[in-house]
Amino acid sequence: MKRSNAPVFWALFGAGGMLAALIAPMLVFITGVAVPTGRLLPADAMSYERMLTLARNGFGKLALLLVVLLFMFHGGLRMYHSLHHLGFHTGSGAKAVIFGIAVLATIAAAVALLAVG
Amino acid sequence: MAETLRTIEIECLRFNPESDTAPSYQTYSVPFTDDMSVLQGLQYIKDELDGSLSFRWSCRMAICGSCGSMINGVPQLSCHTFLRDYHPGKLRIEPLNHFPILRDLAIDQTDFVRNKLPAVKPYIIPKESQALAQGEFLQTPREMHKYYHYSECINCLLCYAACPQYGLDSKFTGPAAIALMQRYNADSRDAGRAQRMDLANSDHGVWGCTLVGYCSEVCPKGVDPAHAVNQNKVASTLDYFLRFLRPNGDKR
Repeated sequence: MKRSNAPVFWALFGAGGMLAALIAPMLVFITGVAVPTGRLLPADAMSYERMLTLARNGFGKLALLLVVLLFMFHGGLRMYHSLHHLGFHTGSGAKAVIFGIAVLATIAAAVALLAVG
Repeated sequence: MAETLRTIEIECLRFNPESDTAPSYQTYSVPFTDDMSVLQGLQYIKDELDGSLSFRWSCRMAICGSCGSMINGVPQLSCHTFLRDYHPGKLRIEPLNHFPILRDLAIDQTDFVRNKLPAVKPYIIPKESQALAQGEFLQTPREMHKYYHYSECINCLLCYAACPQYGLDSKFTGPAAIALMQRYNADSRDAGRAQRMDLANSDHGVWGCTLVGYCSEVCPKGVDPAHAVNQNKVASTLDYFLRFLRPNGDKR
C-alpha cells in the first residue's frame, strides 16, 4: 500500500494549530485593538523602531518566520479540507496552489527578515 | 397507573430491489406508550399494519448493533431511541447512509465485514505464539485501560453513516475499523502494530479522515473513533519521519 505524504502537511498543520491556539487571539487583540486604540497599551508599543529592533534580533527573526510559516500551512490545510467538505474535490491542483502560496509567503517573509539586516 | 396511548406518524423508506426502481416513503400511524422505543414502533408496524416492512434487530438493548438506522436524519440505534421524544412531530426512518440498500431499512454491510474489518487485523498478534499449557497472557488493569473503551465497539456502523469521508469515497477505512486497529495496537499483549501500519499510513487509512468528529458524536457506546484516528495520525507521522533514522528504513 502506498505511503501517504499527508504526514508532512499534517505535522505543519498541527504545529501551526498549536501556535495559533496559544498566541493568535492575543496577537489579534494586541495588533488590532490594544495598540491602535492606544488605551490598553501605549500607541508607540509597536512603533517602527521597536519592530525593526525585533526583526533585527536573531530570536525575533525566528519567531516572526515561524509565525508566518506555521500559520500559513495551518490555514492552508484547513482551507484544503474545507473545499473538500463543501463539495469541491479539487485534488492535487488545489493542494499545489494552496501550499504554493504558503511556500511563497514563507520565502517572502524570510527574504524580508534577511533584508532588514 | 394507566398509560395514555398516543399516536405518532412514522414514515419509513421502502425499497424492494426486485420490483422498485427507486425508494419511496410510506407513512404509518402507530399507537405508542411512553416506554416504547422506535424499534418497538417498527415491530408494531410489522406485526399489526404491514408485514412486508423489512428491518434488522436482535437484542433490543443496544448491544448487538443490528438496528441502526437514520432517524430523522441522525444515525441512531432504533432500540436506543424513544418514540415519546419525537411526539407530536413525525418520525422519518431510513436505512443507514452510505450503504447499499438490500430492502427497506436493511443495508448491505459487506464492505465493512469483508473488506474494512479484516484489513485492520482485529485480533491479538502475539510476539511469540504460546502453547495453551503455558497459561494466559497477563495484563494489568492500567494496561487494559489503554484500549478498553475501543473494545466496546459493537460494529453497528452508525459512525460510517455519520462519516462524510466514507460517503464521498468508500475506500476510506473508516471510523470503527480504525478504532479497532487502535484497540489492538494499544493492547500490551499485541505485537502486530507493524503489520497494521501500512494500511494506517496510506491515503485510505488514517489520512482519509479530516476530523469532522461526527463519528464520535453518534457512537452509542462511547468508543470515540475520532480520537483513535487522531492517535494513529500521530503514530503515522512519527513513523513517516522516523523511518529516515531506522537502519532498515521502511522495512521495519
